[in-house]
Amino acid sequence: MSELSYRQALHDTLREEMLRDESVFLIGEEIGVFEGSYKITAGLLAEFGPRRVRDTPICEEGFVGAAIGAAMLGLRPVVEIMTINFSLLAIDQIVNHAAKIHAMFGGQVSVPMVIRTPGGGGQQLGASHSQNIEVYYAHAPGLKVVTPATPADAKGLLRAAIRDDDPVLFVENLSLYNTKGEVPDETGRIEIGKAAVAKEGRDITVVAYSRAAVIALDVARRLEAEGISVEVIDLRSLRPLDRETVCASVRKTSRAVVLEDDWLSFGVGAEIAATIQEGAFDYLDAPVRRVAAAEVPLPYAKPLENAALPNADALIKVIREILDDTRYQR
Amino acid sequence: MRKERGTQGVAAAPAPATGGIGSESHETLQHYYRQMAFIRAFELRAAEMYQRAKIGGYCHLNLGEEATVVGLMAALAPEDYLFTTYREHGYALARGIAAERVMAELFGKSTGVSGGWGGSMHLFDAETNLLGGYGIVGGQIPPATGAALALSYKAEPDAPTPAVMCLLGDGTTNIGAFHESLNLAAIWRLPIVYVIVNNGLGMGTSVDAASGEPDLYRRGCAYRMPGVRVDGNDVLAVREAARAALEAARKEHQPSILEAVSFRLRGHSVVDPARYRSREDTDKAREEDPLPVFRAQLIDAGALDLSSAVQIEEDAERVVSAAVEFAEESPFPSVEELFAHGYATPVPNAPRALPGDPVIAPAGVARS
Repeated sequence: MSELSYRQALHDTLREEMLRDESVFLIGEEIGVFEGSYKITAGLLAEFGPRRVRDTPICEEGFVGAAIGAAMLGLRPVVEIMTINFSLLAIDQIVNHAAKIHAMFGGQVSVPMVIRTPGGGGQQLGASHSQNIEVYYAHAPGLKVVTPATPADAKGLLRAAIRDDDPVLFVENLSLYNTKGEVPDETGRIEIGKAAVAKEGRDITVVAYSRAAVIALDVARRLEAEGISVEVIDLRSLRPLDRETVCASVRKTSRAVVLEDDWLSFGVGAEIAATIQEGAFDYLDAPVRRVAAAEVPLPYAKPLENAALPNADALIKVIREILDDTRYQR
Repeated sequence: MRKERGTQGVAAAPAPATGGIGSESHETLQHYYRQMAFIRAFELRAAEMYQRAKIGGYCHLNLGEEATVVGLMAALAPEDYLFTTYREHGYALARGIAAERVMAELFGKSTGVSGGWGGSMHLFDAETNLLGGYGIVGGQIPPATGAALALSYKAEPDAPTPAVMCLLGDGTTNIGAFHESLNLAAIWRLPIVYVIVNNGLGMGTSVDAASGEPDLYRRGCAYRMPGVRVDGNDVLAVREAARAALEAARKEHQPSILEAVSFRLRGHSVVDPARYRSREDTDKAREEDPLPVFRAQLIDAGALDLSSAVQIEEDAERVVSAAVEFAEESPFPSVEELFAHGYATPVPNAPRALPGDPVIAPAGVARS
């Protein structure tokens, strides 16, 4: 075990995979000479050269599509899209092409490509640069969508994504890059499609992913001091979605809340709530609640931005409401 | 209105001259006529099968483009790669894919080239490096460019590579993906030829109405990419221009544009009566129909006699009939295979629910 930042875990994994497999190459805007907008690829151009670390012009549709074609010929491109907001410029290539090519051509070809991209608000970047739109992609069969919350998951899931033969959207989060955590030294993969029980508990289940999973874990620890036992499920993977782990937890706790950074309507929490009412209806003591972003384009002004984003206080408030409504006795 | 056509318009390189019919062997000329006649017979039968509801979805035909199709495929080497549009039956046939597998795909049968998953617009054959027909206009261009990137990635610097041929229609030259891809191919010197099959109409919109620069071979100028226009009704001219472009792509990693100008003999798809077209344009398209023109040229030149021509046409009908029969008799893919191509790398929790199935098993019941 060593303590690494989320950023360092990503960087080290890219480097290790490039050393391991000649067919792995990086492609994206400002990843080489500039060393990445968020410095994930720092030093890699110097080490691997421009063939393996390919700077592109500003053309998301062009370079994401080019990565698809390269993957169809057996390479393993790892694309960096500077932020998930810009992925919309490439959504035709991601949803109409990367997600479809394997099935639409009868399984004759696959697209072993990873798209790394950070989402997330809270940086005062304004409406167009602060979105959590992973659900657009989680809706599309053929894609895999993973959302690591910790440095260890960043490493294990990125390694799994690069070695996977399907297109994987690897959603990072701006506010997580500097977070630190223990990362196993061995070269293990984390299975795509499986959620993690980040913390076991008895009284209520909090389902979350990415930044929200970190907040949920923090809240769970704080409430533990009051004798409230919170179970935290970190989805890790939005597609495929591990419904069984979520429902198994709710069958134990009988109460559930989803913490999510995306907008409320049609968001990840809506899918989780629907899953719980189908898979654990008889076990529920209270309606499933969602703590999600306010449904506005995210404002720039700090008080407004803070008010719009879900946080620990909102989660604690909702947990208390659910417990009170169900006459929870400590 | 259409622009004057011909080979005189040249951006950076002249269209290579052909020696004409006189310099070709009779066997070669007969082979091209056989392929063109075969595509014609196949497409007419596809239209008929569509009207009889044997074929579903959209169905776009190469009628009127046979000389372009055959000329391009004659130039493309087996080790080269092909990305096409949704108007691609003829390319699949000329690339050497059995007609029965193409027709079976149109019928949605398991014996089709794409196993019944693609249909008319999505023919794919790994064996012949046909890397797909693509239904989204322009969608094929970035992946084709990336395939060229992979070829260059795998080769030693400056060593020859196979080339990629990426087909697109005239209307597609206005899409952002086209311009982004041209730019990437230019800055990275990728071995790719972008072939603009200009049949004058993007659905019902003319090239002049749609394009600020209607000389489409010049649309690579902003990327310093050479472009050539060729008469798409002239199979030999198309072949020569494509050969030159592909050679430059393979040996010099010089990407380029090749514009082949022809007419679409019918509507955008089988169901389109093309009422937006003037009588004059329709008559002109029929007059210049490459199939009877090429047939007459070969007979005049003594490269083909009438009875051989008739024999070729009858053979085409016979093979197409056999293809229809094969398609008809082939099974549809089994519903049990609905999730067979969900993922190339299996993962836990991949969805397998049919409409109305529970999304999760009741408590205590393990799901397979």
